Amino acid sequence: MADLSASRASAVASHVAAAPKVAVADLGALPPRTRFVFRGREAAITAAGPAFGVALPREACRFAEAGDRRVLWLGPDEWLLTAPEGAGAAIVADLAAALAGLPHSLVDVSHRSLGIAVSGAMAARVINNGCPLDLGLEAFPVGMATRTVFGKAEIVLVRTAEMRFEIDVWRSFADYVWRFLEEARREFA
Amino acid sequence: MSGGFRLAAGGRIDRSRPLRFTFDGRSFRGFAGDTLASALIAEGVHLVGRSFKYHRPRGIVSAGADEPNALVGVGADEAHYTPNLRATQVELHDGLVAESQNRWPSLSFDVGAVNDLAAPLLPAGFYYKTFMWPQRAWTSFYEPKIRAAAGLGRAPGAADADRYTQHFAHCEVLVIGSGPAGLAAALAAAETGVRVILCDEQPEFGGSLLAEREAVIDGLPAADWAAAAVAELETRDNVTLLTRTTAFGYFPHNLIGLAERVTDHLGVRDPRLPRERLWQVRAAEVVIAAGAIERPIVFPENDRPGVMLADAARTYSNRYAAKPGERAVVFTAGDAGYRAALDLAAAGVTIAAIADLRPAATGALPARARAAGIDVRTATTVTGTRGRLRVSQAHLAAIKPDGSVGAAEAVPCDLVLMAGGATPSVHLFSQSRGKLGWNEALKAYVPESSVERERSAGACRGVYELGAVLADGYDKGSAAAKAAGATTAAASRSFAAKALDAGSDGFIGAAPHGRNPAFAKAFVDWQNDVTAKDIKLATREGFRSIEHIKRYTTTGMATDQGKTSNMNALGIVSDALKTPVTAIGLTTFRMPYTPTTFGIFAGHSRGALFDPVRTTPIHGWAAEQGAAFEDVSLWKRAHYFPHAGEDMHAAVARECLAVRRSVGIFDASTLGKIEVVGPDAAEFMNRMYTNAWAKLGVGRLRYGVMLREDGFVTDDGVVGRLAEDRFHVTTTTGGAPRVLQMMEDYLQTEWPDLDVWLTSTTEQWAVIAVQGPNARKVLEPLVEGIDLSPAALPHMSAATGTICGVPTRLFRVSFTGELGFEVNVPADLGRVVWEAIFAAGAPYGITPYGTETMHVLRAEKGYIIVGQETDGTATPDDVGLGWAVGKAKKDFVGKRSLARASMSAPGRKQLVGLLTQDPQVVLEEGAQIVADPAAPVPMPMVGHVTSSYASAVVGRSIALAMVKGGRARIGETLYVPMPGGTIPVTVTEPVFYDPKGERLDG
Amino acid sequence: MLIITCPHCGPRPELEFRYGGEAHIARPADPSTLTDEEWGAFLYQRANPRGLHAERWRHVAGCGRFFNALRDTQSDFFAATYPAGTPRPDTDASGVKESGR
Repeated sequence: MADLSASRASAVASHVAAAPKVAVADLGALPPRTRFVFRGREAAITAAGPAFGVALPREACRFAEAGDRRVLWLGPDEWLLTAPEGAGAAIVADLAAALAGLPHSLVDVSHRSLGIAVSGAMAARVINNGCPLDLGLEAFPVGMATRTVFGKAEIVLVRTAEMRFEIDVWRSFADYVWRFLEEARREFA
Repeated sequence: MSGGFRLAAGGRIDRSRPLRFTFDGRSFRGFAGDTLASALIAEGVHLVGRSFKYHRPRGIVSAGADEPNALVGVGADEAHYTPNLRATQVELHDGLVAESQNRWPSLSFDVGAVNDLAAPLLPAGFYYKTFMWPQRAWTSFYEPKIRAAAGLGRAPGAADADRYTQHFAHCEVLVIGSGPAGLAAALAAAETGVRVILCDEQPEFGGSLLAEREAVIDGLPAADWAAAAVAELETRDNVTLLTRTTAFGYFPHNLIGLAERVTDHLGVRDPRLPRERLWQVRAAEVVIAAGAIERPIVFPENDRPGVMLADAARTYSNRYAAKPGERAVVFTAGDAGYRAALDLAAAGVTIAAIADLRPAATGALPARARAAGIDVRTATTVTGTRGRLRVSQAHLAAIKPDGSVGAAEAVPCDLVLMAGGATPSVHLFSQSRGKLGWNEALKAYVPESSVERERSAGACRGVYELGAVLADGYDKGSAAAKAAGATTAAASRSFAAKALDAGSDGFIGAAPHGRNPAFAKAFVDWQNDVTAKDIKLATREGFRSIEHIKRYTTTGMATDQGKTSNMNALGIVSDALKTPVTAIGLTTFRMPYTPTTFGIFAGHSRGALFDPVRTTPIHGWAAEQGAAFEDVSLWKRAHYFPHAGEDMHAAVARECLAVRRSVGIFDASTLGKIEVVGPDAAEFMNRMYTNAWAKLGVGRLRYGVMLREDGFVTDDGVVGRLAEDRFHVTTTTGGAPRVLQMMEDYLQTEWPDLDVWLTSTTEQWAVIAVQGPNARKVLEPLVEGIDLSPAALPHMSAATGTICGVPTRLFRVSFTGELGFEVNVPADLGRVVWEAIFAAGAPYGITPYGTETMHVLRAEKGYIIVGQETDGTATPDDVGLGWAVGKAKKDFVGKRSLARASMSAPGRKQLVGLLTQDPQVVLEEGAQIVADPAAPVPMPMVGHVTSSYASAVVGRSIALAMVKGGRARIGETLYVPMPGGTIPVTVTEPVFYDPKGERLDG
Repeated sequence: MLIITCPHCGPRPELEFRYGGEAHIARPADPSTLTDEEWGAFLYQRANPRGLHAERWRHVAGCGRFFNALRDTQSDFFAATYPAGTPRPDTDASGVKESGR
């Protein structure tokens, strides 16, 4: 029996192939990632950081990174842990060992969402076509991550650089979000 | 007369860029920088429309947003057609196609003008008075006729071909309006470094400064000063400058709606650009610098083409180099009329006379007018005009000291200017729910106290003198920036302004005319054809509230929202009721400030972006197979998979039989999934669902029922216990967000002490249902680490392992009544696993089936669908799920409500089956059921059909229904009355196939 | 579109929130001890005041947390927002200044 486990298919693959190059508002699909939702009480929150390799940020709406791993604060007891594809089994094992007996929840959501990068001088402007947040650097600095809305979809919006954002969106909304971004950046093409 | 009224020099038009356009099919010429109105005036055209009710010929009255008459339809084809645009705001471009409205067959000969002769029959409120009887005629006759005759403009006959975008923006200071106050405010705020947005509805910043002939600021002509100020603002990257952008609405918490017209002024459009862009601006502070609107004067026949506002005439002459006439009579209530007269005289217009309502005119401007040899007549009114399609005479008469009006003298003219005084534009302030106060000296309402974080500057708060306006604007801009948290203050700055100050004198109400009021049409509201007489009639008929008078007479309604008419209407009411203006009140200023396209509100939300279209990982495969899809909430689900020549009925019959006889494959990925994890997971499930969960073994599945607190079924689904502290919960497709919201609500607000957490995994898993007697044989070769044998994996159990190397949660579960499995695999791998299973099923004739077949298969088994059998008023017992309620449980959501006596009353609607006597007849879902078809109408209804299908395996039609006391009626005959006749049905158990459930084991 | 101050995330646009009805109506610890009338009142009786109203919101497209707010139903201005489970702040209508003047 053929092993199909390496045949991951992106929900926006066809859009990526057809996307025009727009320097001031570039769109790209991010590589597949491993994702976990971590929830827990204080003891587990403290212990989870060292086990994952990135301390869980306690400041609201911020993310922290170490190496190729990232933790996003999504709520006062909710974090999104992300890592390169294939790291899932090790993460489950490491956290299980570190958090034994500490109430928490760790759920694999690697395939639930996908990442889209929007970059360029007009990136914020394009995202503001559908996102009602103030994306000025003061209100939405580099290092910020939050759930929000984009048009009629819910997204997680992350600012990784002054002119670069990452959008994490549930799989079935990705087509809508991508099309919306294309429409929004059309005037900058 | 083409071009005959274009001045040889001056103005802000670009004579090097001539443009062609058509109006009502006639070709005209204009220049870049013209509006449609200014170009028409330069061509000598004033007649541009017919009035709403009387179809009287109407001309251009204003030069801006306040225009009540010159409404035009613009667009070369239906897909680009916009009705009801104000010609005064339509920028000219080469090839512009415009047409007049509300006339037939033509503008100069309009059959509807017969209404004018019938005017005595059409007083205020004539709709309400006339079309009363017979009542039935209203819908069949009066309403259609009135609708056909009334209305402004026509809707375009094709879908809008343009694009519209929307944009959220944030700033510390939003300045609305770019006249002297707005520019000064923007300069001050910009200097502090905070984010500033300056918007103006016109194509050029500068507002009134663009129409000044003599004004000088800081040594520069006013328009040049404005250009310098804009240049200074352009150098700052904290400033966003938006021309052609109307602030149309002031929404709570300082959200301002701006409508930017991006491409309408371009003859050739850039396909990358939207036609319009909605800016939803959240501003920390707002400076409203909306200016003022000149009031017309209400006098008889003041609506003939050629009668216009004095400042508008000045704008046409000074800004557009378009002479509005050859010989003008100016009717004024203040010095503004003199300023207009002087400017027009300088442009070569003969000023026949200035009629000044005031007993004396003593200021600098009247002095200059007299020195220029103009015939100035104080204490003088205009009692009427003559002329058919253009004014040809104005009748001037003295107002005697006792208030009576003397004999009129006819003064020949082709232009009558009205200068009734300024009305501050308080629309946005009023929309922000700020409180207005009456200023007796200005005879105007001005902003008094704020609710939102805004401030008004300049003429919109009654400050008119140019130097004061600039100072006020700068002050307000500076204060706004400070209030918004600017860390540096704007440097103090003063402006040296020299301008002709027209003061603040004005008049509200109706000017005296001494004529028989029954035959004098003195218009208050041009757009709605409301005269002074109509308003007085309303007061005589007992109306006192200005809001009632507005609705009864329609004054101040329609597209201009009373910009020119409100204050005069108030004055007339005040006069008629002998009550001060302040005691009468003021009508509400409603958004939008000017009409706004539907397109800008729809924005991106059309076509493919109207709503997210959610598709499953397997969608592409189904589409390639030619599946028909149906919408289920936002999802597209494969409805059925027709073979060539098959209709839905045939395809579904084939798919059903394939599942019953061999094996079918179904995409169940849209099922909602929630992972409930934590030491208290079982306790939480106990509280949320009716079922008992504590004893559910790891690796076992259970069908769960969820109620609302009122005891009615809200959702259901199969739940798997994957570990002591981990449940895999499934919900209905449409119910997923609702169920998670409800669970989070209880968990966060009622039981925050529980150590359990919820994570949506709907999109993590693709779900492939493999159903039918051969299902096990298809899957067995593909799985590793999972024993599919009945002993190892009995019905309602779960296993984890891999399928085709892909990790899976494999459930043995059936929604068809056949041996069945649901293969959960990570979503991005859903399609490859699906294809592998499909290939492995080929020897068994594996058949993909859609939601329609799924519905039929479950109905044959009597399995309910929440939302189809239930309607929010069904208890578990009503739909035959009493067995799923944990009787021994102390509490769960909805349990207390189930204990109410009425929730177990014997007459409740209960789930039953229905079989038609004719097996070919398929009942209509939703049809009502009666016990006695001979009962008089309205018959007592005993229930309704909830599901109904032709069942291939049963060989006849089947139906599920909710019937009062249904379980006690099994065996009885009931009736379904339909338009084609009454259908007798037999009440049965709601299971039509394999009632013992033997097929679950294959 | 209102601006609502999430106790966790700060001021955010109303589009991210979902309204949750009147606050401080706790589910009875043992519903079985309530009469039908008492249970009916718990399910359906709400204050609906003109003026300050304690109400629930959820920052659903944000941190996902339910919280409570004191909103003036006449002006739409918020006097306070506070986490679920904490008592209603002692704020009178004159404190309603957060978003307006």
